[in-house]
Amino acid sequence: MAPTRDEQHWMYRNMVTSRRFENAIAKIYFEGKTPAFNMANGPIPGEMHLSDGQEPVAVGVCAHLNPEDVVTATHRPHHQAIAKGVDLDKMAAEIFGKASGLSGGRGGHMHLFDTDVNFACSGIIAQGMGPAVGAALSRKMQGKPGVAVAFVGEGAVNQGGWHEAMNLAAVWNLPFVCVIEDNAWGISVAKSAATAVATNDVRAAAYGIPGTRVEGNDPFAIYDAAGTAIARARNGDGPSLIEVETYRLAGHFMGDAEGYRPEGEKDGLFAKDPIPAMRARLLKEGTASEEELAAIESAAEARVDAAITFARDSADPAPEDALTAVFAA
Amino acid sequence: MTKPNERKLTIARAMAEATAQEMRLDPGVFVMGEDIAALGGVYGNTRGLLDEFGPERIRDTPISETAFIGAAVGAAQDGMRPVVELMFVDFFGVCFDAIYNLMAKNIYFSGGNLKVPMVLMTSTGGGYSDGGQHSQCLYGTFAHLPGMKVVAPSNAYDAKGLMTAALRDDSPVVYMYHKGLQGMGWLGTEPGATVHVPEESYTVEIGKAKVVREGRDVTIVSLGLGVHNALKAAKTLEGKGVSAEVVDLVSLVPLDRETIRASVAKTGRLIVVDEDYQSYGVSGEIIACVTEHDISVLKAAPKRVAFPDVPIPYARVMEQYCLPNPDKIVAAWDEMGAMQPA
Repeated sequence: MAPTRDEQHWMYRNMVTSRRFENAIAKIYFEGKTPAFNMANGPIPGEMHLSDGQEPVAVGVCAHLNPEDVVTATHRPHHQAIAKGVDLDKMAAEIFGKASGLSGGRGGHMHLFDTDVNFACSGIIAQGMGPAVGAALSRKMQGKPGVAVAFVGEGAVNQGGWHEAMNLAAVWNLPFVCVIEDNAWGISVAKSAATAVATNDVRAAAYGIPGTRVEGNDPFAIYDAAGTAIARARNGDGPSLIEVETYRLAGHFMGDAEGYRPEGEKDGLFAKDPIPAMRARLLKEGTASEEELAAIESAAEARVDAAITFARDSADPAPEDALTAVFAA
Repeated sequence: MTKPNERKLTIARAMAEATAQEMRLDPGVFVMGEDIAALGGVYGNTRGLLDEFGPERIRDTPISETAFIGAAVGAAQDGMRPVVELMFVDFFGVCFDAIYNLMAKNIYFSGGNLKVPMVLMTSTGGGYSDGGQHSQCLYGTFAHLPGMKVVAPSNAYDAKGLMTAALRDDSPVVYMYHKGLQGMGWLGTEPGATVHVPEESYTVEIGKAKVVREGRDVTIVSLGLGVHNALKAAKTLEGKGVSAEVVDLVSLVPLDRETIRASVAKTGRLIVVDEDYQSYGVSGEIIACVTEHDISVLKAAPKRVAFPDVPIPYARVMEQYCLPNPDKIVAAWDEMGAMQPA
């Protein structure tokens, strides 16, 4: 299946918004961290994992999702959060550790929770699998609409919990889709050195479910594969597994010198940057005019600027509020 | 001795009854775990539920604790009220990420926007030579980590009321039941745990300790099976002219420090009995909650009777040597009395 014109515009807008957001975060991240880099300093402290290059996975999948559908994402979550419709102001404020953030500064960039759109992410590899499978179980038991999608990296498939959750989703025939973002690197360890099979779609056979591999970081092909898997889940036909080849244009975290990358790899990846590629395709196929694309880009820029301004202008949390919200009110 | 209208239940039956009553009221309540359906739970606490509620809501799982406990978190966040069973608490090693990084933290990470209404029930305790991976209590391990309520009933009345309260709580509750109190035919059971249980639904407050025996000279604080050891020791001490008060903690998180402090303020002496490992655990926390509050109430240094800091041995004589028992509690009093006679 192919995305409609509106969907293509939506996909491009969200890819651009995500990239502009990451660019803004990257710039601000180094405030207070130069000349001496100290992760604890600046308006955005802590680890920062940027999603540059992986935007096609987020938009190709989330184009099929509604707010009621459940998404769990990883430690590298911004592109997926944006594509799922997480409130960008509150998300930015959470990353700045502000009182107006999604969780008032208790979570940070690896722990973004937006209950309005059923989005959550977490900081440990393969961790979102169980909760997504459980949400799928909940929808099935309640007879309520909605599917659950767990985004994981290609490194996650070597975690025991990943296999446990895949098996559980399959044995209970749940409305669940696992999307593997294969960016070829688990921090500094290459996929080829860590994973016994070249592509992880073949692992679907272990659970008796469909497995698909999408090459080339292509948002249209991802849209197609995700559409099939999500329709299957919505129809009650059970889970699917999709592995998507994508590119990590940034380091594992900000400050990563990436000395482990082969010479020239990054240049090759930047040449395949999916955002200019999609832009060119939209123009070539006449799906969007130059004016329309420029308008999408300036709107995305303005949206990001507004979110960053909101975050900067928001107040710090009251320190003693750290002691609240441990248990449900 | 059964009195008229008395209805004695084992803890296992009390837990199952509470679960069934809540399942009738709330369609969101369901149970997941290993061997909890047709078998009714290895420790009997889901017996009979499959017949009434069927396999959708009484759900046997694969042996995949990480997956089904993680799934319970996702279902709880999505409006259900799952009960999951970790068959032996010792098995926490294969699934603790789901428990303490997800179940215990997601309310906080969401700034309180999420509820995680789930019950993790798990069996504790040894004394029957099941070896060091099927005999631990680990109370302190769970109670140490923020974000989980932790309860441990000593009798069937509390077991039912705590289960009902746990099922109605919007935060995760770890429900730790002691195998030696459970009332299984194939495992010796402390008779004192099988008590009258009202048929109608009721709750026992999570976070409230109980003074189960009043006394003047020493406070013995314990939980689960240890409460029965404390009561037996108190009886022996009574023969020696010593009046012992026994506090059943009932709940570790929240911990009812007020009841403990009030009792020790009255008696002036404190013995803590804990079947969990001694160091860095429940016994130290109980003593600290008294001494950091007002050390002047103490007439003698506190004592603890806990499991020594070794893995749980298999051989009967070795395990029994390590476990708390009434004689050790009486001996603790004797040592305390020798330090400063009453």
